[in-house]
Amino acid sequence: MHIAEGYLPPEQAAAWFVVSAPFVVHGSRALVRQVRADPDSKLLLGAAGAFTFALSALKIPSVTGSSSHPTGTGLGAVLFRPPVMSVLGGIVLLFQALLLAHGGLSTLGANVFSMAIVGPWVAYGSYTMVRRVGGGLDPAVFAAATLGSLATYSVTVAQLALAFPDPMSGIVGALAKFGGIFAVTQIPLAISEGLLTVLVVRLLGRTSGDDLRRLGLLRPAAEVRA
Amino acid sequence: MKRFSRVNLLLLLAVLLLAVVPLAFGLGSGEEPFSGADAVAEQAIVDDHPDYQPWFSPIYEPPSAELESALFALQAALGAGLLGYYFGVARTRQRQRDAASRQWQGQRDAASRQRG
Repeated sequence: MHIAEGYLPPEQAAAWFVVSAPFVVHGSRALVRQVRADPDSKLLLGAAGAFTFALSALKIPSVTGSSSHPTGTGLGAVLFRPPVMSVLGGIVLLFQALLLAHGGLSTLGANVFSMAIVGPWVAYGSYTMVRRVGGGLDPAVFAAATLGSLATYSVTVAQLALAFPDPMSGIVGALAKFGGIFAVTQIPLAISEGLLTVLVVRLLGRTSGDDLRRLGLLRPAAEVRA
Repeated sequence: MKRFSRVNLLLLLAVLLLAVVPLAFGLGSGEEPFSGADAVAEQAIVDDHPDYQPWFSPIYEPPSAELESALFALQAALGAGLLGYYFGVARTRQRQRDAASRQWQGQRDAASRQRG
């Protein structure tokens, strides 16, 4: 989902910065508030960031014959709400742009929008919907991470199609072309990401029940007994 | 094995399977099988828009593919390391809490026996 350095026309690159900036500013405030209001959650916050950091470095082969990577933003979005992830995801993307020549500074706004904003929001929305219709924690987390990852890649597809319409078939043709490259490749990876995120949340349920109850993922003990 | 661990193991196996199956069945395509989708997209842009000139280039580029993969490995290792540290700390805390509440329960039981 990384749009390479310089591979968006300057006006569009700038436009994505304008779109992403308010989310990141709001996210930084949310992050500071979270740490102040609940200092005990700092370590878990670090763990959620670490999860994104590790997962987005893993290139995994897919059925389309190319490889791609998970985003890892679903976990933090479910635990700490999407605004916090706009900052954590942005840090990961900045690291990759500066040190790995992966993504880029000029395309940072666009990449932040797909991976650190839309992905986490879709993840959080999916989680909330599954929980609201009575789904358990594991299915909700699976839906969150899987759909969030797919959403991130779909946004990249749309961004590239807007910037590079097909010479023959225009934007629609470009959507199909980039969709074939990114979205189809991502389907098995999104499922992997969903499964891994469920695994981590299951382990968290064992070691960090108090944190999950405080963050609202598990019901308070008293309610369970009632 | 307890159900909790069995399910976790199955989750891990499924992830491994999803990654290994494309390799095992040789689904790789193109000149460089299993190249990154990011690079494939970049190539598609270059092919269809030969006149497009990237107007900005990376400030720093790892000098070789080996160093690039080293940096990726470093990124994964840092993330996994911190995650592992978290679980170590959280598990120890959980055990101490369990031990403390058992001790508290033991004292309460002893006190009620004395009274009774």
